[in-house]
Amino acid sequence: MSVLVFVEGLNGEIKKSSLEAASYGSQVAQQLGTTATAVAIGEVHEEALARLGEQGISKVLYDADDRLKQFVADAYVKVIAKAAQQESAKVLVFSNSNIGAAVGAKLAVRLQGSLATNVTSLPKTDGGSFTVTRGVFSGKAFADVALTSDVKIIAVKKNSVEITHNAGSAATIEKLSADLTDADFAAAPKDTVMQDTEGGVLLPEAEIVVSGGRGLKGPENWHLVEDLAKALGAATACSKPVSDMDWRPHHEHVGQTGITVSPNLYIAIGISGAIQHLAGVNSSKVIVVINKDPEAPFFKAADYGIVGDAFEVVPKLIEAAKALDK
Amino acid sequence: MKILVCISNVPDTTSKINFTADNKEFDKNGVQFVINPWDEYALTRAIELKEAKGGTVTVLNVGEADAEPNIRKALAIGADDAIRVNAKPVDAFFVAQQIAAIAKENNYDMILMGKESIDYNGSQVHGMVGEILGIPSVVPAFKLDMVDDSTARLEREIEGGKEVVEVKLPFVASAQQPMSEPRIPNMRGIMTARTKPLAVKEPVGAEAKAEYVNFSKPEKKGGVKMIDPENAGELITLLRNEAKVL
Repeated sequence: MSVLVFVEGLNGEIKKSSLEAASYGSQVAQQLGTTATAVAIGEVHEEALARLGEQGISKVLYDADDRLKQFVADAYVKVIAKAAQQESAKVLVFSNSNIGAAVGAKLAVRLQGSLATNVTSLPKTDGGSFTVTRGVFSGKAFADVALTSDVKIIAVKKNSVEITHNAGSAATIEKLSADLTDADFAAAPKDTVMQDTEGGVLLPEAEIVVSGGRGLKGPENWHLVEDLAKALGAATACSKPVSDMDWRPHHEHVGQTGITVSPNLYIAIGISGAIQHLAGVNSSKVIVVINKDPEAPFFKAADYGIVGDAFEVVPKLIEAAKALDK
Repeated sequence: MKILVCISNVPDTTSKINFTADNKEFDKNGVQFVINPWDEYALTRAIELKEAKGGTVTVLNVGEADAEPNIRKALAIGADDAIRVNAKPVDAFFVAQQIAAIAKENNYDMILMGKESIDYNGSQVHGMVGEILGIPSVVPAFKLDMVDDSTARLEREIEGGKEVVEVKLPFVASAQQPMSEPRIPNMRGIMTARTKPLAVKEPVGAEAKAEYVNFSKPEKKGGVKMIDPENAGELITLLRNEAKVL
């Protein structure tokens, strides 16, 4: 038996959230006295796969089928199930991404396993039980969940695991073929459109997020958010009213019914901090709130606050951020 | 076209979350329950498709009798009939098996639900239902249209972009905004909802595979440090030297 980690690639590299999953998986393997194997799908450079050794992965199974460059749930599930069978994996680890959650649910049925998504802690494995902590009630609480099946499937919440960098040996790479047929690609996407992410910072994976609300008065003022984000190497986000008014695209909406983020630093500009918004951001490590209303509820959830006009405060922040030596 | 929309009954988004004294269960005291907001996107889109193309919309809830006011609300918004599987929704695997059992009896053309529920945030049930039934599950979708009578076209969010997918009926999809604009029931809807059929069914035998043993709340923040707006640049220094996040 071993621990199997599913890693996702993007532009030939392994996604940050998958490096977190790999670090998590090898720590679970240590706990259980076994080794961690990764299964990689799609377009990832071999050097990037070998580097998974730094996260404690000893072996990578790689299916280089060209058709897997796009995400196709049925095909991905078949490849991962094959790897799980080959490795007699009892614990499967994914990132809690849109892809990870989609394949995790299908694998739970196929392997008759217990699935926990949005997981924030390593398992407690004393006394034969296997219990993980996961985020529930949209960030307002945590739950300890005992996974009772023989096979356990864990989707790790983004930014909740430190990426390990062991100066270890490189992971060995083995080819894997799941004998995919055309039927496995029946639901393949017709088209994939990637956003133009300037600087390549994906919001769900970002370590720093700069977010704007109604206090910015209109989309024409968004350069304040964008310029600060650029100076800090951050992703940009917005509140629900802002995306509802089409000032910003929906995929930037952070909150209870939008994206949940948990960056190291979340900077909210002109956002009052409704409870639904807080639900999407309250697992951020440090929260900064800039609002001209000293009574804005967001200040209660903040670590640092500035009461002031965004149009005067933010340019000063941009200037100070640009002056930082990187 | 026969559409099944699965809804869950969840605490209102403004609820303060508390647990029973032993931290074993969610404390429902004083909490207002609503239709899961993500499910509302699925429900309204289903009703829009019915209005455009004809057919029926059935609402399904796996839950106890206290969910019925919100099932009636879904009927008031425009669903035609409803089914409640009379069981405590103990985990995603259990719920998925109940939904799959209802789906097998009724041959729906599509099964829609929200991307996740705002209480347990599992995002599991839609994928499981698709897998149990052996039909595609497109998750999470923010656009859903019919290409012709047997094919739907969906747009799905992936990290950093979107995918356009065409699938044959039947399929499962999970919804997120901006798939539709949720509606508020009007008086006529509320009146007619009272007489629309709501069938109560007993659950099929199914095992749960995850057991919730304890709940806890995040630690409270230590308090906010205020910075003079005249000297706003000081914030950047503090973030680097004190908070060490830059």
